[in-house]
Amino acid sequence: MIRFDAVTKRYPDGTVAVDELSFVAQSGQITVLVGPSGCGKTTSLRMINRLIEPTSGKIFIEDRDASTVSRTELRRGIGYVIQQAGLFPHRTIVDNVATVPLLLGQDKKKARARAVELLELVGLPAQMAKRYPAQLSGGQQQRVGVARALAGDPPVMLMDEPFSAVDPVVRAQLQQEFLRLQHELGKTIVFVTHDIDEAIKLGDRVAVLQVGGRLAQLATPAELLAHPADAFVAGFVGRDRGYRALGFADAGYLPLTDEHVARVGEDLRAASYVARDGWALVVDGDDRPLGWLALGGLPDEALAGQVTADLLNLGGTLASEAGTLREVLDAALSSPSGRGVVVHDDGSFAGTITASEVLVRIEARAKSIRPPIAEATK
Amino acid sequence: MNALWQYFRDDQSEILGWLRTTLWLAAAPVVVGLLISLPIGWAASRFRWSYPPLVTIAGLLYTIPSIVLFLVLPGILGTGILDPVNVAVALTIYCVALLVRVVADGLSSVSDATLAAASAMGYTNRQRLFAVQLPLAVPVIGAGLRVAAVSNVSLVAVASTLGVAQLGSLFTTGYNATKHGSTPILLGLVLFIVVALAFDGAILLGLRVLTPWRRAVAAR
Repeated sequence: MIRFDAVTKRYPDGTVAVDELSFVAQSGQITVLVGPSGCGKTTSLRMINRLIEPTSGKIFIEDRDASTVSRTELRRGIGYVIQQAGLFPHRTIVDNVATVPLLLGQDKKKARARAVELLELVGLPAQMAKRYPAQLSGGQQQRVGVARALAGDPPVMLMDEPFSAVDPVVRAQLQQEFLRLQHELGKTIVFVTHDIDEAIKLGDRVAVLQVGGRLAQLATPAELLAHPADAFVAGFVGRDRGYRALGFADAGYLPLTDEHVARVGEDLRAASYVARDGWALVVDGDDRPLGWLALGGLPDEALAGQVTADLLNLGGTLASEAGTLREVLDAALSSPSGRGVVVHDDGSFAGTITASEVLVRIEARAKSIRPPIAEATK
Repeated sequence: MNALWQYFRDDQSEILGWLRTTLWLAAAPVVVGLLISLPIGWAASRFRWSYPPLVTIAGLLYTIPSIVLFLVLPGILGTGILDPVNVAVALTIYCVALLVRVVADGLSSVSDATLAAASAMGYTNRQRLFAVQLPLAVPVIGAGLRVAAVSNVSLVAVASTLGVAQLGSLFTTGYNATKHGSTPILLGLVLFIVVALAFDGAILLGLRVLTPWRRAVAAR
């Protein structure tokens, strides 16, 4: 647990970066500090490992006052990941990762062996161990940064915009793997970002800070979207928060429609018999959906060939049965046939659902969770 | 070419002795100068206010004409006028003049993010300086070192006018003697160029050994 107790950072020129900040980052959870630039989120983070000293107030880590611990001892027990990874350019990947264990006086051979294990844990092949940071892509460097932070096996990790310098595709991938890793490791993480979407995706709890370093709201992502504390938070979480809130609503029971499916290699004519409204869903040998095949209005002679992968429309997203209403609605909205594809956990085809059917589900859910009028007007 | 070889063979033992003195005069000031410049340069990069005065004062040293320095030093150091130590000290001063800025700029060239990461990993300030900042400053410091080393070799030649026996003596011999014509001067020229190239090559080799990460990047 990390506890901020009325922490203030005032610079000599009078600028207040953080103003009487008090909050708790729970053990084993990801607490995201989010806010516009100048809100003091990075300053707050850096005060935890004392890269910056607070002007007043105290920060407790597992009930130990951070200011009473020597800086180096404190920092060796806290993992730190920064934007652009901040790797040491002159050290090989394996030595970068082994930094903290070596500082703690661990045997070199053991530290390196452990570092290679950590590389695999963050999804990097062991062959990369001997390379230098500049030989890796931005995304790979970021993974190394995470491995390095984990090497001392610290209970606490601080992450300062670790995924903001990579392209959106890699970022989404890194975020997914980060969540998987955290699921296994259960670290106490304080994560700084300026991106509210990232905050909502990763945070168990999200602290929204406003300029001048004041805490506007600390809440779970779902609560933040449903009940912003004030106009600043409402504005910051953005316009499409109603849609994004569906990302926290379990799909639950879905009235799926079964479809006759086509397979790659089949005659187009056979596929045209199973098509509905001119579209047939094509699946692979394990019944996993591959894409939609447009068969509407084709002249008879166009149906002479076979179903091949390059004929498929890949526009639709897939929703998992165990997913969220947001996924399901997106699957329906993005599907070229208008029928959203839902799959079982193993990826095999479960059924389709239209957007209007999803909306019925959303409205039914909204009614069931809306507070009674007397409660709401209190 | 034959005349050069002949001249060299005739005075072999004397010329080899001069070569040893020259190598020593060319190497020691660079090494000592670097050792002196490291703490001064570190201070200039660590305390920003001290950068302008330290670098300016160091730079001014270079404007002292070498002949003047060679002549003034015996008085200050209490050494004999022909003592090679005078030359070594003078050359050390010039190396410091060149290297303070180089060391300061090299240390400052290491990115703040890297330094912050090192601190956050739990390096003490001293550990961080020697394990992260200094190794990363090597390419910049090394480049400056090459300039200092080569300029130092050329100043050794100037020191021959003082009569300190070293390869530069070939030039003074050449100016005075007529028997061999310009042969000694030519031989001196060749040997100085060889010495300068050897030093430059040695530093370059040292840099390659110390900075394997730069080659790895270049090879990509």
